[in-house]
Amino acid sequence: MSIFEYNGSALVAMVGKNCFAIASDRRLGVQLQTIATDFKRISKIHDKLFIGLSGLATDAQTLYQRLVFRHKLYQLREERDMKPETFASLVSAILYEKRFGPYFTQPVIAGLGDDDKPFICTMDAIGAKELAKDFVVAGTASESLYGACEAMFKPDMEAEELFETISQALLSSVDRDCLSGWGGHVYVVTPTEVKERILKGRMD
Amino acid sequence: MTKSLDVPPKGGFSFDLCRRNDMLEKKGLKAPTYLKTGTTIVGLVFKDGIILGADTRATEGPIVADKNCEKIHYMAPNIYCCGAGTAADTEAVTDMVSSQLQLHRYHTGRESRVVTALTLLKRHLFNYQGHVSAALVLGGVDITGPHLHTIYPHGSTDTLPFATMGSGSLAAMSVFESKYQENLTREQGVKLVVEAICAGIFNDLGSGSNVDVCVITKGNKEYLRNHLTPNPRTFVNPKGFTFSKKTEVLSTKIIPLKEKVEVIEGDAMEE
Repeated sequence: MSIFEYNGSALVAMVGKNCFAIASDRRLGVQLQTIATDFKRISKIHDKLFIGLSGLATDAQTLYQRLVFRHKLYQLREERDMKPETFASLVSAILYEKRFGPYFTQPVIAGLGDDDKPFICTMDAIGAKELAKDFVVAGTASESLYGACEAMFKPDMEAEELFETISQALLSSVDRDCLSGWGGHVYVVTPTEVKERILKGRMD
Repeated sequence: MTKSLDVPPKGGFSFDLCRRNDMLEKKGLKAPTYLKTGTTIVGLVFKDGIILGADTRATEGPIVADKNCEKIHYMAPNIYCCGAGTAADTEAVTDMVSSQLQLHRYHTGRESRVVTALTLLKRHLFNYQGHVSAALVLGGVDITGPHLHTIYPHGSTDTLPFATMGSGSLAAMSVFESKYQENLTREQGVKLVVEAICAGIFNDLGSGSNVDVCVITKGNKEYLRNHLTPNPRTFVNPKGFTFSKKTEVLSTKIIPLKEKVEVIEGDAMEE
């Protein structure tokens, strides 16, 4: 078994028209045993910037703490929030620093930049950035998520349609993955508000 | 032990997690696979300079992770570099050397030379004894003329009139070996590079999607991103997907965002 499959996770982010959505499953397991069904894998960095960390949960939490620390230092020094692109470079640098002893986590970053331009990106465990214009996925359900998103995604969706699309892609994908599931956690971010929804899903 | 505080590091690798990761591996947990650029990358010398080419597929094991990634990296205004191997390594190593070249230009006030980039790259790769797995095709035009080099992950280098790298290198080289000649024109050169990359795209599973080309001549360069797209999507439903039943939602929380007020004090700082 791969270290990425120890806890199980599913993460996805999609771009819409002046908005983005980022979603994850809610399961935390130890191999095939479920430990928690309300686990949060997506965290807020600032109002318009979110990061989801798939993979080994202990590393995800450690990395998250380091990222929050570095973002707060940046805020104090620069008196502004980080741009999503800048933050992605920061995450990439922190991961690549541990090139030969990596954190076993694959991040998904989503944010609204200047002029509310959506930005999404993912990385591997050692910080190779993968910028996409449409959607990014990560976690143990990534293979089925690739398929679902590839079929369901349309460019320039409005917030509500985007929510429906990302939710359906997530739920149908985690149903084909033993290691993730138990509902979903979806954030839809528009320039004016953040909508956080908890989805009902299969409980097996 | 004051040094161990989590302050922003000054650079270099950190080996903190190596012992833990080795322990996990000994317990039977497999180490992860990294993002690779399976890749066909090529370069050739033509009449007025250098042409570099690359495909745009990135893979993670057998999965296509990115269908349109950039493999021709900027090194200096007159030097570009194609990267194959572990994506994070090619990206990091080219970024690092391009910064070193920029600083060197500020210091000397002269255009960077291709050999400088070559030496910086091979020195770094040799230092890490092949563990930084970047296979590169470096090309550029400087005061001493056009130069094309290949750099292997262990730090050895070649200087060639035409070069290929990556998993599709054999397919691409077969095209070069049969059709390359000296003093090609720009059009002939670009055509040959595109043909070589296409050989990789269609005959090597690690390479795919589109063709990127970069033409560097004396005092000029042209980065032709997605110069050719031989694999467009054919399975798009024009109406798109629609969902009849609404997704079941357990709870919704709406957080309105406040408009940020910008305070401008005094005059803007001079650059």
